[in-house]
Amino acid sequence: MGKNIVLETQDLTKKYDGTTVVDRLNLRIAENEVFGLLGPNGAGKTTTILMLLGLTEPASGSARVFGFDSTREPLQVKRLTGYLPERLGFYENLTARQNLRFIAWLNNMSDEEAEGQIDHVLKAVGLVEKADTAVRKFSRGMKQRLGIADVLVKKPRLAILDEPTAGLDPKGINQILDLIAGLPKMGTTVVMCSHRLYEVQRICHSIAILANGKLVVEGALDVLGREALAGGRYRIEVETDRVSPQLVGIIGKISGVRNVEATGNFLHITTDSDLRAAVSKAVVNSGVALIQMKVQEFSLDDIYKKYFQEG
Amino acid sequence: MITIIRKELADYFTSIRCLILFILVLLASAVALYAAQQGIRGASTESGFIFTGLFTTGTNIPSLVTFIGIFVPVIGIALGFDAINREYSSGTMSRILSQPIYRDSVINGKFLAGMITLAIMMMTTLLLVSGFGLRMIGVAPGAEEIIRLFFYFVSIVVFGAFWMGLAILFSVLFRSLAISLLCPLAIWILLGNPVFNPYVSFIVPAITNSIGTYLMLLRISPYWLFAEATTALLDPLFRGLGILTLSDTTGMLLRPLSLEQSLLLVWPQLTALICLMIICFAVSYVVFMRQEIRST
Repeated sequence: MGKNIVLETQDLTKKYDGTTVVDRLNLRIAENEVFGLLGPNGAGKTTTILMLLGLTEPASGSARVFGFDSTREPLQVKRLTGYLPERLGFYENLTARQNLRFIAWLNNMSDEEAEGQIDHVLKAVGLVEKADTAVRKFSRGMKQRLGIADVLVKKPRLAILDEPTAGLDPKGINQILDLIAGLPKMGTTVVMCSHRLYEVQRICHSIAILANGKLVVEGALDVLGREALAGGRYRIEVETDRVSPQLVGIIGKISGVRNVEATGNFLHITTDSDLRAAVSKAVVNSGVALIQMKVQEFSLDDIYKKYFQEG
Repeated sequence: MITIIRKELADYFTSIRCLILFILVLLASAVALYAAQQGIRGASTESGFIFTGLFTTGTNIPSLVTFIGIFVPVIGIALGFDAINREYSSGTMSRILSQPIYRDSVINGKFLAGMITLAIMMMTTLLLVSGFGLRMIGVAPGAEEIIRLFFYFVSIVVFGAFWMGLAILFSVLFRSLAISLLCPLAIWILLGNPVFNPYVSFIVPAITNSIGTYLMLLRISPYWLFAEATTALLDPLFRGLGILTLSDTTGMLLRPLSLEQSLLLVWPQLTALICLMIICFAVSYVVFMRQEIRST
């Protein structure tokens, strides 16, 4: 796509006591997208993140974030990157504002800059009224939202979120997801770990699936979806008022169409590319009423299942 | 690192823990001051150092110096035992470490903030006692006495920092708050407390009969080192830290030692205490820097 690459790993490997937790991982994440990192528990997602931030040293290989080596220049990486840990905690005796202020200070922000930014992020996560309440009185969901505010307060160019929706109710999940989906527009690339496939499908542009420390698949979500369902092809579903053998013949002759099947009033067409325009034209020209037409949708479940059955 | 010190100090000064400790120390000082008032009339004034007598004089109630010897280790342990592992258990460690700071500034900041708290606490106590003492006995301290008191203050802070360093070490080694509190307390009971000290009263006498080895072994106990240093600093008449034979004392004049001589006498003790403190801190530093930070 010709976008800038903000994060790149090369044969990144981590071993704990002889067990390989992350195995020669090669990831590339483009600027201003939401990238989903998926995988079962213990697949090495958190370890990968810790290596990206330079919080733990890789056994071999390297990671670069904005061109900075995570192991050798962790401070530069951490200056540009916000991290929401899976098990996040705050200083319970301090208020939300004080917690954020501490983080702003650690990022060398001036007092006015910090206060402005704190107000801004608290508003973004909807915690303005609770700004001066001690965190110990917060519910799980409020803490999670404060966690997002905590990541954003340093104005990161990359936000790494480990299970950002853990422990939230459906309404809270939607708020958080909307917030995350809006980040790329503000110039923040997002890497998100999650187990909840539908969340990932809703907001991520690209995904990578890890299993046992190895990269199973990586790529743009729509491409992977077609891959999983139809071996990389498009499946177009057409509903008409009646189906005639001639129509099947005509559509079959459109270049790029691989297969046409008729069941009842439905036509299932497999194509190499998105040929909806050509197909609809053919249907209408043959005098058949076109009721509806869509490219078959896939769910991330299909992708996930496919790779875990194969793997 | 300044930010971390700032935050830790704010934490300490607003915590109930510190308030309780401070009240304890103040109460002990009040009691000790009362003891000094009762005892100071009968105390020897030959040395001419009446003011420092406020600190060393006790009747059946122990003197201020004894009280401080008891409380400073407790304060040190209370300040340090949860320094590192609380950050892990509350999940704040990974959040702090993902900020653009060096990892060692976390432990350095905590250690320095603890030392500053300790210093402020003890300085307040000493000044309060001096002030009340001044009103009580009406004798102003001489310049030498002030210098002696200052060195006493320094040795208190070093002694407290040693216990804090020890507690921080255990808070780096163990994730459980209970264990990291109990370990330094156990060491304190065995080696460090002046009231009932199994090391001084049973173990060492059982091991050796020789006076020299006896003293050597006693000096393993940080409390013993501190007590020796304190006595020599505040009581100029105090001659030797070892055992003096009759031939040593024959012809010895009962005159106060000069400041330099007293300092010379306690120099090894002070150095040993500083060393102990640095060792504790250095070990915790190295262990902390090599620790994996994953919480699970």
